[in-house]
Amino acid sequence: MKKLLELKNVSMTYQTMTDEITAIKGLSFNCNDGEFISIIGPSGCGKTTILSLIAGLLTPTSGNIIIDGQNKLGKKDSLGYMLQKDQLFPWRTIEKNVFLPLEIKGINTKENRDYAISLLEKYGLKDFKKNYPDQLSGGMRQRAALIRTLAAKPKLLLLDEPFSALDYQTRLSVCDDVYKIIKAEQKTAVLVTHDISEAISMSDKIIVLTARPSQVKSIFKPNLGKGSPLKNRESPDFGFWFEKIWKELN
Amino acid sequence: MKNKNDFSPEHLRYIRKVKSETIFVFIMRFLILILLLGLWELFAMLEFIDPFISSSPSRIIKTVKDLFIENNLLYHMGITMYETVLGFLIAVVLGYLIALLLWWSERTRRIMEPYIVVLNSLPKIALGPIIIVWFGSGSKAIIFMAILIGIIVAIITMLNGFLATDKNKILLLKSMGASKIQILIKLVIPGSLPTLISMLKISVGMAWVGSIMGEYLVSRAGLGYLIVYGGQVFKLDLVMTATVVLCVLATFMYALVALLEKLIIKYKSN
Repeated sequence: MKKLLELKNVSMTYQTMTDEITAIKGLSFNCNDGEFISIIGPSGCGKTTILSLIAGLLTPTSGNIIIDGQNKLGKKDSLGYMLQKDQLFPWRTIEKNVFLPLEIKGINTKENRDYAISLLEKYGLKDFKKNYPDQLSGGMRQRAALIRTLAAKPKLLLLDEPFSALDYQTRLSVCDDVYKIIKAEQKTAVLVTHDISEAISMSDKIIVLTARPSQVKSIFKPNLGKGSPLKNRESPDFGFWFEKIWKELN
Repeated sequence: MKNKNDFSPEHLRYIRKVKSETIFVFIMRFLILILLLGLWELFAMLEFIDPFISSSPSRIIKTVKDLFIENNLLYHMGITMYETVLGFLIAVVLGYLIALLLWWSERTRRIMEPYIVVLNSLPKIALGPIIIVWFGSGSKAIIFMAILIGIIVAIITMLNGFLATDKNKILLLKSMGASKIQILIKLVIPGSLPTLISMLKISVGMAWVGSIMGEYLVSRAGLGYLIVYGGQVFKLDLVMTATVVLCVLATFMYALVALLEKLIIKYKSN
Protein backbone atom coordinates (compact mmCIF):
# COMPACT_ATOMS: atom_id res chain seq x y z
CA MET A 1 0.00 0.00 0.00
CA LYS A 2 1.11 3.53 -0.76
CA LYS A 3 2.55 5.63 2.03
CA LEU A 4 0.69 8.91 2.25
CA LEU A 5 2.46 10.35 5.24
CA GLU A 6 5.96 9.71 6.41
CA LEU A 7 7.80 11.20 9.38
CA LYS A 8 11.53 10.57 9.35
CA ASN A 9 13.49 11.22 12.49
CA VAL A 10 11.59 14.41 13.30
CA SER A 11 12.70 16.57 16.24
CA MET A 12 11.20 19.78 17.51
CA THR A 13 12.74 22.15 20.05
CA TYR A 14 10.97 25.26 21.36
CA GLN A 15 12.94 28.27 22.49
CA THR A 16 11.83 30.43 25.39
CA MET A 17 13.73 33.12 27.31
CA THR A 18 14.32 30.84 30.25
CA ASP A 19 14.40 27.44 28.67
CA GLU A 20 14.85 25.25 25.66
CA ILE A 21 12.18 22.59 25.46
CA THR A 22 12.58 19.52 23.33
CA ALA A 23 9.04 18.44 22.62
CA ILE A 24 9.79 15.72 20.11
CA LYS A 25 12.98 13.80 19.56
CA GLY A 26 13.65 11.49 16.65
CA LEU A 27 10.05 10.66 15.85
CA SER A 28 9.44 8.34 12.92
CA PHE A 29 6.26 6.71 11.73
CA ASN A 30 4.20 6.49 8.60
CA CYS A 31 0.64 6.26 7.53
CA ASN A 32 -0.65 4.45 4.47
CA ASP A 33 -3.23 5.77 2.09
CA GLY A 34 -6.72 5.18 3.45
CA GLU A 35 -5.53 4.29 6.92
CA PHE A 36 -6.94 5.71 10.15
CA ILE A 37 -4.20 6.12 12.72
CA SER A 38 -4.30 7.42 16.27
CA ILE A 39 -1.54 9.05 18.25
CA ILE A 40 -1.90 8.57 21.96
CA GLY A 41 0.41 9.52 24.78
CA PRO A 42 0.72 11.00 28.25
CA SER A 43 -0.60 14.54 28.54
CA GLY A 44 1.83 17.26 27.50
CA CYS A 45 3.81 14.89 25.31
CA GLY A 46 3.51 17.15 22.29
CA LYS A 47 0.70 15.42 20.39
CA THR A 48 -0.65 18.71 19.08
CA THR A 49 2.87 19.74 18.08
CA ILE A 50 3.04 16.69 15.83
CA LEU A 51 -0.14 17.73 14.03
CA SER A 52 1.11 21.30 13.70
CA LEU A 53 4.31 19.96 12.16
CA ILE A 54 2.42 17.76 9.70
CA ALA A 55 0.14 20.70 8.82
CA GLY A 56 3.20 22.83 8.12
CA LEU A 57 2.30 25.37 10.82
CA LEU A 58 5.61 24.61 12.50
CA THR A 59 8.93 23.71 10.95
CA PRO A 60 10.77 20.79 12.54
CA THR A 61 14.17 21.54 14.05
CA SER A 62 15.45 18.49 12.23
CA GLY A 63 14.09 15.58 10.25
CA ASN A 64 11.69 15.28 7.34
CA ILE A 65 7.96 15.12 6.88
CA ILE A 66 6.83 13.77 3.56
CA ILE A 67 3.22 13.97 2.51
CA ASP A 68 2.18 12.27 -0.71
CA GLY A 69 5.79 12.27 -1.86
CA GLN A 70 6.25 15.99 -1.30
CA ASN A 71 8.51 17.71 1.18
CA LYS A 72 6.65 20.97 1.31
CA LEU A 73 2.96 21.58 0.98
CA GLY A 74 1.64 24.19 -1.41
CA LYS A 75 -1.39 26.26 -0.53
CA LYS A 76 -3.72 24.33 -2.80
CA ASP A 77 -2.42 20.98 -1.59
CA SER A 78 -5.07 19.97 0.67
CA LEU A 79 -4.85 18.89 4.19
CA GLY A 80 -7.76 19.19 6.54
CA TYR A 81 -7.34 20.13 10.18
CA MET A 82 -10.11 19.56 12.67
CA LEU A 83 -9.82 21.08 16.12
CA GLN A 84 -11.22 20.40 19.57
CA LYS A 85 -14.15 22.73 19.25
CA ASP A 86 -15.95 23.01 15.95
CA GLN A 87 -14.63 26.57 15.41
CA LEU A 88 -17.53 27.41 13.13
CA PHE A 89 -17.71 31.16 12.58
CA PRO A 90 -20.88 32.36 14.30
CA TRP A 91 -21.45 35.13 11.77
CA ARG A 92 -21.52 32.74 8.83
CA THR A 93 -24.31 30.34 7.93
CA ILE A 94 -23.44 26.63 7.92
CA GLU A 95 -23.17 26.73 4.15
CA LYS A 96 -20.84 29.74 4.23
CA ASN A 97 -18.76 28.09 6.94
CA VAL A 98 -18.32 25.05 4.76
CA PHE A 99 -17.20 27.24 1.82
CA LEU A 100 -14.50 28.83 3.96
CA PRO A 101 -11.58 26.60 2.87
CA LEU A 102 -12.63 27.08 -0.75
CA GLU A 103 -12.43 30.84 -0.33
CA ILE A 104 -9.08 30.67 1.44
CA LYS A 105 -7.52 28.40 -1.15
CA GLY A 106 -8.96 30.41 -4.01
CA ILE A 107 -10.90 27.45 -5.41
CA ASN A 108 -14.37 28.83 -4.73
CA THR A 109 -15.86 27.50 -7.95
CA LYS A 110 -19.43 26.41 -8.53
CA GLU A 111 -18.27 22.83 -8.87
CA ASN A 112 -16.51 22.84 -5.52
CA ARG A 113 -19.40 24.60 -3.81
CA ASP A 114 -21.79 22.03 -5.22
CA TYR A 115 -19.57 19.28 -3.87
CA ALA A 116 -19.60 20.87 -0.40
CA ILE A 117 -23.37 21.24 -0.53
CA SER A 118 -23.71 17.62 -1.61
CA LEU A 119 -21.74 16.58 1.48
CA LEU A 120 -24.03 18.64 3.70
CA GLU A 121 -27.04 17.01 2.10
CA LYS A 122 -25.57 13.53 2.27
CA TYR A 123 -24.77 13.82 5.96
CA GLY A 124 -28.01 15.16 7.33
CA LEU A 125 -27.48 18.91 7.33
CA LYS A 126 -29.63 19.62 4.30
CA ASP A 127 -32.20 21.63 6.22
CA PHE A 128 -29.60 23.61 8.13
CA LYS A 129 -27.59 25.06 5.25
CA LYS A 130 -28.92 28.55 5.80
CA ASN A 131 -28.88 28.38 9.60
CA TYR A 132 -26.32 29.97 11.86
CA PRO A 133 -24.15 27.64 13.98
CA ASP A 134 -25.82 28.68 17.25
CA GLN A 135 -29.04 27.09 16.00
CA LEU A 136 -27.44 23.63 15.76
CA SER A 137 -26.71 21.00 18.40
CA GLY A 138 -23.14 20.18 19.42
CA GLY A 139 -23.10 16.97 17.39
CA MET A 140 -24.43 18.64 14.27
CA ARG A 141 -21.92 21.43 14.61
CA GLN A 142 -19.06 18.96 14.79
CA ARG A 143 -20.42 17.21 11.71
CA ALA A 144 -20.56 20.58 9.93
CA ALA A 145 -16.96 21.18 10.99
CA LEU A 146 -15.94 17.85 9.46
CA ILE A 147 -17.70 18.69 6.22
CA ARG A 148 -15.90 22.04 6.17
CA THR A 149 -12.67 20.07 6.51
CA LEU A 150 -13.68 17.79 3.64
CA ALA A 151 -14.91 20.57 1.33
CA ALA A 152 -11.50 21.23 -0.20
CA LYS A 153 -11.05 17.50 -0.89
CA PRO A 154 -8.03 16.93 1.34
CA LYS A 155 -6.03 13.75 1.03
CA LEU A 156 -5.10 13.77 4.67
CA LEU A 157 -7.19 14.70 7.68
CA LEU A 158 -5.67 15.77 10.98
CA LEU A 159 -7.99 15.44 13.95
CA ASP A 160 -6.90 17.11 17.16
CA GLU A 161 -9.11 15.63 19.90
CA PRO A 162 -12.16 16.64 17.90
CA PHE A 163 -14.62 15.05 20.32
CA SER A 164 -13.22 16.15 23.66
CA ALA A 165 -15.51 19.19 23.98
CA LEU A 166 -18.65 17.07 23.64
CA ASP A 167 -20.55 15.30 26.40
CA TYR A 168 -20.13 11.51 26.56
CA GLN A 169 -23.38 10.56 24.88
CA THR A 170 -22.91 12.96 21.95
CA ARG A 171 -19.28 12.02 21.80
CA LEU A 172 -19.96 8.37 21.07
CA SER A 173 -22.41 9.12 18.31
CA VAL A 174 -20.37 11.94 16.74
CA CYS A 175 -17.33 9.69 16.84
CA ASP A 176 -19.33 7.07 14.97
CA ASP A 177 -20.61 9.67 12.50
CA VAL A 178 -17.21 11.12 11.79
CA TYR A 179 -15.64 7.70 11.35
CA LYS A 180 -18.31 6.63 8.88
CA ILE A 181 -18.02 9.85 6.90
CA ILE A 182 -14.24 9.59 6.74
CA LYS A 183 -14.43 5.97 5.60
CA ALA A 184 -17.20 6.69 3.10
CA GLU A 185 -15.16 9.50 1.57
CA GLN A 186 -12.07 7.24 1.65
CA LYS A 187 -9.87 9.66 3.50
CA THR A 188 -6.69 9.08 5.42
CA ALA A 189 -6.80 10.39 8.96
CA VAL A 190 -4.45 11.02 11.84
CA LEU A 191 -6.25 11.37 15.16
CA VAL A 192 -4.65 12.75 18.26
CA THR A 193 -6.40 11.77 21.47
CA HIS A 194 -5.86 10.90 25.09
CA ASP A 195 -8.90 8.64 25.16
CA ILE A 196 -7.74 5.03 24.86
CA SER A 197 -11.14 3.59 23.98
CA GLU A 198 -11.65 6.18 21.29
CA ALA A 199 -8.30 5.28 19.77
CA ILE A 200 -9.02 1.53 19.85
CA SER A 201 -12.52 1.85 18.45
CA MET A 202 -11.53 4.04 15.51
CA SER A 203 -8.01 3.17 14.41
CA ASP A 204 -6.30 0.78 12.09
CA LYS A 205 -3.06 1.65 13.83
CA ILE A 206 -2.29 3.18 17.23
CA ILE A 207 0.97 4.95 17.91
CA VAL A 208 1.80 5.23 21.60
CA LEU A 209 4.24 7.97 22.48
CA THR A 210 6.61 8.32 25.40
CA ALA A 211 6.56 11.32 27.74
CA ARG A 212 8.43 14.43 26.60
CA PRO A 213 10.65 14.48 24.61
CA SER A 214 8.31 12.18 22.78
CA GLN A 215 9.29 9.26 20.65
CA VAL A 216 7.36 6.27 19.41
CA LYS A 217 7.07 3.82 22.29
CA SER A 218 5.06 1.16 20.54
CA ILE A 219 2.68 0.64 17.64
CA PHE A 220 -0.48 -1.46 17.85
CA LYS A 221 -2.83 -2.67 15.20
CA PRO A 222 -6.01 -3.67 17.02
CA ASN A 223 -7.91 -4.48 13.83
CA LEU A 224 -11.25 -5.16 15.54
CA GLY A 225 -12.90 -4.92 12.14
CA LYS A 226 -16.53 -4.63 13.20
CA GLY A 227 -17.14 -1.74 10.82
CA SER A 228 -17.88 1.12 13.18
CA PRO A 229 -16.47 2.56 16.40
CA LEU A 230 -19.64 1.79 18.34
CA LYS A 231 -19.60 -1.85 17.26
CA ASN A 232 -15.86 -2.09 17.81
CA ARG A 233 -16.45 -1.13 21.41
CA GLU A 234 -18.56 -4.27 21.80
CA SER A 235 -15.86 -6.52 20.36
CA PRO A 236 -14.55 -9.20 22.76
CA ASP A 237 -10.99 -8.08 22.03
CA PHE A 238 -11.70 -4.52 23.07
CA GLY A 239 -10.85 -5.07 26.72
CA PHE A 240 -7.64 -6.85 25.85
CA TRP A 241 -6.38 -3.96 23.76
CA PHE A 242 -7.53 -1.43 26.30
CA GLU A 243 -5.51 -3.08 29.04
CA LYS A 244 -2.48 -3.49 26.82
CA ILE A 245 -2.38 0.17 25.84
CA TRP A 246 -3.26 1.31 29.35
CA LYS A 247 -0.23 -0.56 30.68
CA GLU A 248 1.92 0.80 27.90
CA LEU A 249 0.99 4.36 28.85
CA ASN A 250 1.74 3.98 32.54
CA MET B 1 -42.56 30.02 14.88
CA LYS B 2 -45.33 28.29 16.75
CA ASN B 3 -48.93 29.10 16.20
CA LYS B 4 -50.64 30.73 19.14
CA ASN B 5 -53.02 27.78 19.42
CA ASP B 6 -50.11 25.42 20.05
CA PHE B 7 -49.28 27.02 23.39
CA SER B 8 -50.51 25.64 26.66
CA PRO B 9 -52.52 27.93 28.98
CA GLU B 10 -49.49 28.11 31.31
CA HIS B 11 -47.33 29.33 28.48
CA LEU B 12 -49.87 31.94 27.43
CA ARG B 13 -50.07 33.13 31.01
CA TYR B 14 -46.30 33.34 31.12
CA ILE B 15 -46.17 35.38 27.92
CA ARG B 16 -48.86 37.71 29.25
CA LYS B 17 -46.88 38.20 32.44
CA VAL B 18 -43.68 39.07 30.61
CA LYS B 19 -45.54 41.46 28.33
CA SER B 20 -47.37 43.23 31.15
CA GLU B 21 -44.08 43.59 33.01
CA THR B 22 -42.59 45.33 29.98
CA ILE B 23 -45.56 47.65 29.74
CA PHE B 24 -45.32 48.43 33.46
CA VAL B 25 -41.64 49.36 33.15
CA PHE B 26 -42.43 51.57 30.18
CA ILE B 27 -45.26 53.36 32.00
CA MET B 28 -43.17 53.87 35.12
CA ARG B 29 -40.39 55.46 33.11
CA PHE B 30 -42.84 57.84 31.56
CA LEU B 31 -44.49 58.64 34.90
CA ILE B 32 -41.18 59.50 36.51
CA LEU B 33 -40.47 61.94 33.70
CA ILE B 34 -43.91 63.54 34.03
CA LEU B 35 -43.56 63.67 37.82
CA LEU B 36 -40.15 65.34 37.67
CA LEU B 37 -41.23 67.87 35.10
CA GLY B 38 -44.51 68.47 36.95
CA LEU B 39 -42.85 69.03 40.32
CA TRP B 40 -40.25 71.25 38.74
CA GLU B 41 -42.95 73.35 37.09
CA LEU B 42 -45.10 73.42 40.22
CA PHE B 43 -42.28 74.40 42.59
CA ALA B 44 -41.14 77.11 40.18
CA MET B 45 -44.70 78.42 39.90
CA LEU B 46 -45.18 78.48 43.67
CA GLU B 47 -41.68 79.96 43.95
CA PHE B 48 -40.46 77.22 46.32
CA ILE B 49 -37.46 77.37 44.05
CA ASP B 50 -36.38 80.51 42.27
CA PRO B 51 -37.24 80.14 38.57
CA PHE B 52 -34.60 82.73 37.80
CA ILE B 53 -31.84 80.30 38.74
CA SER B 54 -33.64 76.98 38.27
CA SER B 55 -35.74 77.85 35.22
CA SER B 56 -38.82 75.68 34.62
CA PRO B 57 -40.26 73.43 31.91
CA SER B 58 -42.64 76.10 30.65
CA ARG B 59 -39.84 78.65 30.48
CA ILE B 60 -37.71 76.14 28.58
CA ILE B 61 -40.50 75.57 26.10
CA LYS B 62 -40.88 79.32 25.70
CA THR B 63 -37.12 79.72 25.18
CA VAL B 64 -37.13 76.99 22.58
CA LYS B 65 -39.97 78.77 20.80
CA ASP B 66 -38.21 82.16 20.97
CA LEU B 67 -34.93 80.72 19.78
CA PHE B 68 -36.70 78.93 17.00
CA ILE B 69 -38.48 82.08 15.85
CA GLU B 70 -35.24 84.03 15.83
CA ASN B 71 -33.90 81.15 13.75
CA ASN B 72 -31.12 80.67 16.25
CA LEU B 73 -31.90 77.25 17.65
CA LEU B 74 -31.43 75.32 14.43
CA TYR B 75 -28.30 77.32 13.71
CA HIS B 76 -26.70 76.45 17.06
CA MET B 77 -27.90 72.85 16.85
CA GLY B 78 -26.51 72.58 13.35
CA ILE B 79 -23.10 73.90 14.39
CA THR B 80 -22.81 71.50 17.31
CA MET B 81 -24.11 68.54 15.31
CA TYR B 82 -21.66 69.30 12.52
CA GLU B 83 -18.73 69.41 14.92
CA THR B 84 -19.82 66.33 16.82
CA VAL B 85 -20.60 64.17 13.81
CA LEU B 86 -17.45 65.14 11.98
CA GLY B 87 -15.32 64.63 15.10
CA PHE B 88 -17.04 61.29 15.68
CA LEU B 89 -16.55 60.04 12.13
CA ILE B 90 -12.90 61.06 11.90
CA ALA B 91 -12.09 59.63 15.34
CA VAL B 92 -13.84 56.35 14.56
CA VAL B 93 -12.39 55.83 11.08
CA LEU B 94 -8.89 56.90 12.03
CA GLY B 95 -9.04 54.97 15.31
CA TYR B 96 -10.14 51.83 13.47
CA LEU B 97 -7.35 52.11 10.92
CA ILE B 98 -4.70 52.74 13.56
CA ALA B 99 -5.96 49.78 15.58
CA LEU B 100 -5.71 47.64 12.43
CA LEU B 101 -2.13 48.76 11.91
CA LEU B 102 -1.28 47.95 15.52
CA TRP B 103 -2.90 44.52 15.19
CA TRP B 104 -0.99 43.85 11.99
CA SER B 105 2.43 44.64 13.34
CA GLU B 106 3.25 43.44 16.80
CA ARG B 107 6.47 45.38 16.66
CA THR B 108 4.71 48.68 15.98
CA ARG B 109 2.31 47.85 18.79
CA ARG B 110 5.14 47.36 21.24
CA ILE B 111 6.88 50.53 20.13
CA MET B 112 3.71 52.64 20.33
CA GLU B 113 2.40 51.25 23.61
CA PRO B 114 3.84 53.89 26.01
CA TYR B 115 2.63 56.72 23.77
CA ILE B 116 -0.88 55.36 23.78
CA VAL B 117 -0.82 54.89 27.54
CA VAL B 118 0.32 58.48 28.09
CA LEU B 119 -2.19 59.92 25.62
CA ASN B 120 -4.94 57.87 27.20
CA SER B 121 -4.24 59.06 30.73
CA LEU B 122 -3.68 62.69 29.75
CA PRO B 123 -6.79 64.86 30.27
CA LYS B 124 -7.17 66.09 26.70
CA ILE B 125 -8.76 69.36 27.90
CA ALA B 126 -5.29 70.36 29.11
CA LEU B 127 -4.32 70.67 25.48
CA GLY B 128 -7.05 73.30 24.96
CA PRO B 129 -4.75 76.36 24.84
CA ILE B 130 -2.39 74.61 22.42
CA ILE B 131 -5.28 73.66 20.17
CA ILE B 132 -6.58 77.25 20.16
CA VAL B 133 -3.16 78.57 19.18
CA TRP B 134 -2.82 75.99 16.42
CA PHE B 135 -6.32 75.95 15.00
CA GLY B 136 -7.77 79.33 15.99
CA SER B 137 -11.03 79.73 17.80
CA GLY B 138 -13.46 78.20 15.35
CA SER B 139 -15.06 74.91 14.45
CA LYS B 140 -11.71 73.46 13.40
CA ALA B 141 -10.37 73.61 16.95
CA ILE B 142 -13.53 72.06 18.34
CA ILE B 143 -13.53 69.21 15.84
CA PHE B 144 -9.91 68.57 16.65
CA MET B 145 -10.78 68.42 20.34
CA ALA B 146 -13.57 65.93 19.63
CA ILE B 147 -11.21 63.77 17.60
CA LEU B 148 -8.52 63.91 20.24
CA ILE B 149 -10.89 62.83 23.00
CA GLY B 150 -12.49 60.09 20.94
CA ILE B 151 -9.64 58.55 19.02
CA ILE B 152 -7.59 57.05 21.85
CA VAL B 153 -10.55 55.18 23.29
CA ALA B 154 -11.51 54.08 19.79
CA ILE B 155 -8.01 52.71 19.17
CA ILE B 156 -7.77 50.91 22.50
CA THR B 157 -11.25 49.38 22.30
CA MET B 158 -10.79 48.18 18.73
CA LEU B 159 -7.27 46.86 19.28
CA ASN B 160 -8.48 44.81 22.24
CA GLY B 161 -11.28 43.49 20.06
CA PHE B 162 -8.85 42.49 17.29
CA LEU B 163 -6.46 40.88 19.73
CA ALA B 164 -9.26 38.90 21.36
CA THR B 165 -9.71 36.89 18.15
CA ASP B 166 -9.86 33.20 19.00
CA LYS B 167 -6.37 31.70 18.59
CA ASN B 168 -7.82 28.38 17.50
CA LYS B 169 -9.79 30.01 14.70
CA ILE B 170 -6.56 31.63 13.49
CA LEU B 171 -4.91 28.21 13.66
CA LEU B 172 -7.77 26.73 11.64
CA LEU B 173 -7.35 29.34 8.90
CA LYS B 174 -3.59 28.90 8.88
CA SER B 175 -4.04 25.17 8.43
CA MET B 176 -6.05 25.99 5.30
CA GLY B 177 -3.05 28.01 4.13
CA ALA B 178 -4.57 31.43 4.80
CA SER B 179 -2.39 34.52 4.44
CA LYS B 180 -2.39 37.25 7.06
CA ILE B 181 -4.61 39.47 4.94
CA GLN B 182 -7.09 36.59 4.58
CA ILE B 183 -7.07 36.05 8.33
CA LEU B 184 -7.81 39.75 8.72
CA ILE B 185 -10.64 39.85 6.20
CA LYS B 186 -12.27 36.49 6.89
CA LEU B 187 -11.87 36.36 10.64
CA VAL B 188 -10.55 39.37 12.54
CA ILE B 189 -12.76 42.04 10.98
CA PRO B 190 -16.08 40.15 10.97
CA GLY B 191 -15.29 38.62 14.36
CA SER B 192 -14.77 42.02 15.94
CA LEU B 193 -18.03 43.49 14.67
CA PRO B 194 -19.62 43.43 18.16
CA THR B 195 -16.56 45.31 19.45
CA LEU B 196 -16.97 47.83 16.63
CA ILE B 197 -20.54 48.46 17.75
CA SER B 198 -19.56 49.02 21.36
CA MET B 199 -16.69 51.21 20.18
CA LEU B 200 -19.19 53.30 18.20
CA LYS B 201 -21.42 53.62 21.25
CA ILE B 202 -18.54 54.81 23.41
CA SER B 203 -17.32 57.12 20.66
CA VAL B 204 -20.70 58.83 20.29
CA GLY B 205 -20.47 59.85 23.94
CA MET B 206 -16.83 60.87 23.57
CA ALA B 207 -17.58 63.03 20.51
CA TRP B 208 -20.20 64.95 22.49
CA VAL B 209 -17.79 65.45 25.36
CA GLY B 210 -15.20 66.70 22.90
CA SER B 211 -17.42 69.08 20.99
CA ILE B 212 -19.12 70.61 24.04
CA MET B 213 -15.80 70.88 25.85
CA GLY B 214 -14.35 72.54 22.78
CA GLU B 215 -17.25 74.96 22.57
CA TYR B 216 -16.80 75.87 26.23
CA LEU B 217 -13.24 76.83 25.43
CA VAL B 218 -13.40 78.70 22.18
CA SER B 219 -16.65 78.97 20.32
CA ARG B 220 -18.97 81.73 19.20
CA ALA B 221 -21.80 79.38 18.32
CA GLY B 222 -23.27 76.01 19.18
CA LEU B 223 -25.12 74.51 22.12
CA GLY B 224 -22.00 74.51 24.32
CA TYR B 225 -21.61 78.18 23.54
CA LEU B 226 -25.25 78.83 24.50
CA ILE B 227 -24.68 77.07 27.82
CA VAL B 228 -21.54 79.03 28.65
CA TYR B 229 -22.99 82.30 27.41
CA GLY B 230 -26.24 81.71 29.34
CA GLY B 231 -24.24 81.01 32.48
CA GLN B 232 -22.19 84.17 32.10
CA VAL B 233 -25.17 86.47 31.64
CA PHE B 234 -27.23 84.53 34.20
CA LYS B 235 -29.88 83.46 31.72
CA LEU B 236 -30.55 80.05 33.24
CA ASP B 237 -33.48 79.52 30.89
CA LEU B 238 -31.00 79.46 28.05
CA VAL B 239 -28.63 77.13 29.90
CA MET B 240 -31.39 74.66 30.71
CA THR B 241 -32.86 74.83 27.22
CA ALA B 242 -29.53 74.16 25.54
CA THR B 243 -28.91 71.28 27.96
CA VAL B 244 -32.28 69.69 27.22
CA VAL B 245 -31.76 70.02 23.46
CA LEU B 246 -28.33 68.46 23.92
CA CYS B 247 -29.87 65.53 25.80
CA VAL B 248 -32.31 64.90 22.99
CA LEU B 249 -29.66 65.09 20.26
CA ALA B 250 -27.20 62.83 22.10
CA THR B 251 -29.90 60.22 22.75
CA PHE B 252 -30.93 60.38 19.12
CA MET B 253 -27.37 59.74 17.93
CA TYR B 254 -26.96 56.85 20.36
CA ALA B 255 -30.23 55.37 19.18
CA LEU B 256 -28.95 55.48 15.60
CA VAL B 257 -25.94 53.37 16.58
CA ALA B 258 -28.17 50.95 18.49
CA LEU B 259 -30.31 50.63 15.37
CA LEU B 260 -27.20 49.92 13.31
CA GLU B 261 -26.35 47.12 15.75
CA LYS B 262 -29.74 45.49 15.20
CA LEU B 263 -29.31 45.73 11.46
CA ILE B 264 -25.86 44.18 11.16
CA ILE B 265 -25.57 41.67 13.97
CA LYS B 266 -27.94 38.85 13.25
CA TYR B 267 -26.20 36.02 15.05
CA LYS B 268 -25.61 35.28 18.69
CA SER B 269 -21.92 35.24 19.45
CA ASN B 270 -20.73 32.28 21.45
